[in-house]
Amino acid sequence: MNYGIVSQEQLEQIDRILTDKLIKLGVDCVIVIDMAGNIITAKDNGRNKYDVYSFAALAAGNFATVDAMAKLVGEEEFSLLFHKGQESSIHFSKIDEELLLISMFGQEISLGFLRLNVVDAIEKIKKLWPKSA
Amino acid sequence: MSFINLKEKVVQVKIVYYGPGRCGKTTNLEYINRTYRNQIVSEMVSLKTHGDRTLFFDFLPFNMGKIKGYDIKIQLYTVPGQVKYNATRKLVLRGVDGIVFVADAMAKQREKNIRSLNQLHENLLSYKESIFRIPLVMQYNKIDLKEHGIPILPTEVLQKDLNSRLNAPYFEASAVTGYNVAATLKKIIASTIISIQKKLF
Ligand SMILES: Nc1nc2c(ncn2[C@@H]2O[C@H](COP(=O)(O)OP(=O)(O)OP(=O)(O)O)[C@@H](O)[C@H]2O)c(=O)[nH]1
Ligand SMILES: [Mg+2]
Repeated sequence: MNYGIVSQEQLEQIDRILTDKLIKLGVDCVIVIDMAGNIITAKDNGRNKYDVYSFAALAAGNFATVDAMAKLVGEEEFSLLFHKGQESSIHFSKIDEELLLISMFGQEISLGFLRLNVVDAIEKIKKLWPKSA
Repeated sequence: MSFINLKEKVVQVKIVYYGPGRCGKTTNLEYINRTYRNQIVSEMVSLKTHGDRTLFFDFLPFNMGKIKGYDIKIQLYTVPGQVKYNATRKLVLRGVDGIVFVADAMAKQREKNIRSLNQLHENLLSYKESIFRIPLVMQYNKIDLKEHGIPILPTEVLQKDLNSRLNAPYFEASAVTGYNVAATLKKIIASTIISIQKKLF
């Protein structure tokens, strides 16, 4: 239940991590959502505007679907969830049982480079997050 | 469950329209989408089959304005009602704050309503939620069909079948004409916000 309320300070710290680790590297947009489809926070580079609320609802559904499929074939989870497009791509990463980090990025960034930074950002975020009961 | 952003003072509330196949869940959201344009910031998202049946969910974000300085964002969802889609129905229920159970008042749908409500009960249990505790509103939909000579279940029968133990607020409605669609929505929003406030303060 703890994640339901986040202090202003925690949110600011998360925003700072996302900006430093991802937006500054050229990621277009980063969203942290919970598995119910709520937005915890969203950061973008100021150029690309997305409808983040619809995006969060679809992303939570997409992640949950793939997760359920993994279980059906006997996998704990599929660790990489990545959709590649011509101009932009989307990368999903689980922060913990309740939270997802989603990055939208263009061709200038390689998937490998993005993943390294996502992992780093997630480790930092986990340290601030109150351990859920 | 609702998410409260203390920094931006935003509360996100998830309300799910649940009920058997073709009972009118999507039609409820379509009516709201048409009628409250100024409170809706983005397009309604519908993941559906070619035959217009909901495949995964419909999603409609609805702005309530401010309560105690907090911006209330209501996220309306529908589940797919077809029997075979229970796995996806369950996914949509994750983190739900309030439920509208849409029953189909057509006499031939009597059994389906009951089965759907029982499954809702089980699905909520799988999230350790209880149908007796979660804010819930009953909507007996399609009552306009009475005028067309189509056999309709009397409200007393629907109440006895579905609501005798739950004792939830209920409305006769018609999602196509819009009759009591807004009343249903207002009621579930009010109950849900009261329940969230209780948890918080
Ligand atoms: N007469 C009448 N028809 C209705 C009413 N509400 C919905 N319908 C019709 O019933 C059919 C099914 O409506 P939907 O809103 O798609 O039903 P649903 O519950 O979303 O169905 P699924 O997505 O399969 O679960 C459509 O043809 C609607 O026009 C109503 O109040 N009165
Ligand atoms: Mg539908």
